[in-house]
Amino acid sequence: MKNKTAKEPLMRIAKRTDMPVKQSVIIRAAAVVIALLACGVTIVAITGGKVDFLSIYSEMFEGAFGTARRIKITVRDTCALLCLAVALAPAFKMRFWNIGAEGQALIGALASCIAVKLFPNMPVAPLLLIMFFFSVLAGALWGIIPGYFKASLGANETLFTLMMNYVAIQLVKYFVVLWEKQKGSGVMSTLTTGMLPKLFGVDYGWSIVIILILTVLSYIYMKYTKHGYEIAVVGESENTARYIGINVKKVIIRTMAISGGLCGLAGFLLVSGTHHLVKADLVGGNGFTAIIVAWLAHLNPIVMTLTSFFVAFLDVGTAKIASACNLNDFASDVVVGVALFVILSSEFFVNYKVIFNRRKKAIKEGE
Amino acid sequence: MSNAAIELKGITKRFGSVVANHNISMTVSRGEVLSILGENGSGKTTLMNMLSGIYHPDEGQIFVEGEPATIRSPKDAFRYKIGMIHQHFKLVDNLTVTENVILGLREEGRFSLKKSAEKIRKICETYGFQIDPMKKIYEMSVSEKQTVEIIKVIYRGAEILILDEPTAVLTPSETKNLFAIIRNMKKAGKSIIIITHKLGEVMEISDRVAVLRKGEYIGTVETKTTNEQTLTEMMVGKKVDLNIERTDPHDCVKRLELTNVSVTGKDGVKILKNVSFHAKSGEILGIAGIAGSGQKELLEAIAGLQKLTSGSIIYHDPKTGKEEDLRDKTPLQIRELGVRLSFVPEDRLGMGLVGSMGITDNMMLRSYKSGRGFFLQKKDPKGLANKIISDLEVVTPGTETPVRRLSGGNIQKVLVGREIAAAPTVLMAAYPVRGLDINSSYMIYHLLNAQKESGTAVIFVGEDLDVLLELCDRIIVICHGQISGTVEGRKATKEEIGLMMTNLPEEKEDAE
Repeated sequence: MKNKTAKEPLMRIAKRTDMPVKQSVIIRAAAVVIALLACGVTIVAITGGKVDFLSIYSEMFEGAFGTARRIKITVRDTCALLCLAVALAPAFKMRFWNIGAEGQALIGALASCIAVKLFPNMPVAPLLLIMFFFSVLAGALWGIIPGYFKASLGANETLFTLMMNYVAIQLVKYFVVLWEKQKGSGVMSTLTTGMLPKLFGVDYGWSIVIILILTVLSYIYMKYTKHGYEIAVVGESENTARYIGINVKKVIIRTMAISGGLCGLAGFLLVSGTHHLVKADLVGGNGFTAIIVAWLAHLNPIVMTLTSFFVAFLDVGTAKIASACNLNDFASDVVVGVALFVILSSEFFVNYKVIFNRRKKAIKEGE
Repeated sequence: MSNAAIELKGITKRFGSVVANHNISMTVSRGEVLSILGENGSGKTTLMNMLSGIYHPDEGQIFVEGEPATIRSPKDAFRYKIGMIHQHFKLVDNLTVTENVILGLREEGRFSLKKSAEKIRKICETYGFQIDPMKKIYEMSVSEKQTVEIIKVIYRGAEILILDEPTAVLTPSETKNLFAIIRNMKKAGKSIIIITHKLGEVMEISDRVAVLRKGEYIGTVETKTTNEQTLTEMMVGKKVDLNIERTDPHDCVKRLELTNVSVTGKDGVKILKNVSFHAKSGEILGIAGIAGSGQKELLEAIAGLQKLTSGSIIYHDPKTGKEEDLRDKTPLQIRELGVRLSFVPEDRLGMGLVGSMGITDNMMLRSYKSGRGFFLQKKDPKGLANKIISDLEVVTPGTETPVRRLSGGNIQKVLVGREIAAAPTVLMAAYPVRGLDINSSYMIYHLLNAQKESGTAVIFVGEDLDVLLELCDRIIVICHGQISGTVEGRKATKEEIGLMMTNLPEEKEDAE
């Protein structure tokens, strides 16, 4: 009889829906701490023990906030991620897997440059407005195309938006060659006009203000407006949406226009606020990282300010360590990956519990 | 050795915070037909799933033939000679009967379909099944598929067969066949467990009845010594009035008139063929038919969710006396015409409600567009939510709790409550009591009756013929997307309707 009971499965996994908010916050906070520890271990391993474990964290902090310039970089990266994550939120809320933020931002950036090339002699203020509209419209177009095909033909939006990224990259490459600084250099000359001025003496001041306003507006849009409600219903169940008379096609296309348009806006900020040129790797994978940033925040734009900051901090901080130890950029990618993996895993413990079966009983019987 | 084939001792199973089975102890004897009776959500299927290896009990012990048994998978269950026939069949459509039966088996000797087919033929002879082992599954009717499932289990040597709601998908005559098969199996010494909530069947087929209520084991009684009223009381826990009060219809005028409505499915198959009928105010019109005969498409066509290939749907407005054709109009256009059409769809969480939203947000589904401006107006829906919770006795922690977490009965109350709140002139309800406990079911019947008395044209699609006959004034019977006849609810018999459900009148078949 004892043998029979010993054959019970050791543990089971059960879904839970009853976790108090406080506990889930504690679990997530613990995940952040564990993630940081895991980062430390990873860095020590990569550098082969060249770095002292404890000094890693001061180094990271130093790397992210050590000098005025570093703070600027951290803020800039946070803004870039936040803007894209906020842009993705409505699409994801609608369960439209837009993984084309990279391309939508890039085409927006290209549109800004085109605007500058078209009106090189215009005063800065109206030129900036034109760049803004060009970028938003281009990004929106890049969102509407997959949205339209999804809505009318049921085309798979994941593949569609992904492929649109490559179309955007090729277009940018074409224009870069057109605007080359020196034939064969593959780099376009920096724009001489259409730059965002400083705001209150702060670099990226305009970017920060625009993005923070967007974040708040996006939160209100999704939570308190009729459009936001329609997005939630369509995302949850297209059948329900049809049943109550929501025009599902219209909602999909409209939401993708918004999502793509905001990505395009991110492209505008990259060009006029930061780089003053366009290149194929301008967005630098942030369009994909933003997906994780958005989901880590459970699609809540306000929380995204925190998650985007966290990811940017890790990125910049480890980049410092990497350069100090003569490692390449990929090292910091590895570290960020490890951290995100740990944090995403914590969601498992929020949604499920692991039950060990009869362990106590078996031990008791053994005695 | 006792006569017990299976003994359960102190079985408990939890899902998260929900206790599906609590401390259940019972026995199954050799060579008996045992009914497990209980309302939906009382834990019948969960209990049986632990016997067949789908779940593992949290506490307690199962004994098979007096020996403690650990059943971790359906394969383990077959080792203990236990086989379960699930409510949803698990067959591969484009394989033959034989191929389906031997799927996943490792038999000794060389693989031979012929030998297996022979073995299946023998089983068929022994128990009186009418099945060709070489027929493909997709060519079969529902009841034939069920037979294949039974053969599959017997082929694997099961001595104890568990059938989960076996009659839910069968017509009255098919049910009779199934019962004959069950009696044959019993004669051959097998134990049969039937999970059901239908009292009539319990009385007809079983030797003993075990009753579960809300996960608790209430007791086992001999069928001979009990009656339906006692069993209901055991099942519900209190006295229940099992009568539906049907008043005579009054002030009947034509409200909705369908003429030659046809609908073609995506693959070009005609789902509805020349359907014509009318619904009158102040009466309940029942629609009877085998599941999937076109009932869903019919209601969706009226609600503006299904494109018609031909025909018209005329709505007679009671206020203006005008006639409106609802054909090819969207739900929104229908509402803008002032047609107060309410629809309780079959798929409650997938169509009628949004599972992850609270009751307030679900109330907004119908009204979110009202009010000017860009922003949502939440005050009225919240008031409505609270009204429905108190009027219909919805059990919920709050108006913001996702409706998905409520029980089936409460979910349906929320949906029906919202649809009735619009003061409809036409109310359509598809299988509104499916999966509901008895009390909630009767509350829904009363609500439908109240709508009828207030002058609404009620269209009720049902599956339980007894209920249809008790509730409806007129019943149209649908068969393969055609109307095979109309009967009076007060005069018709179950057998009459059952026959019409499977057979079209001759002149209609000729016309095809």
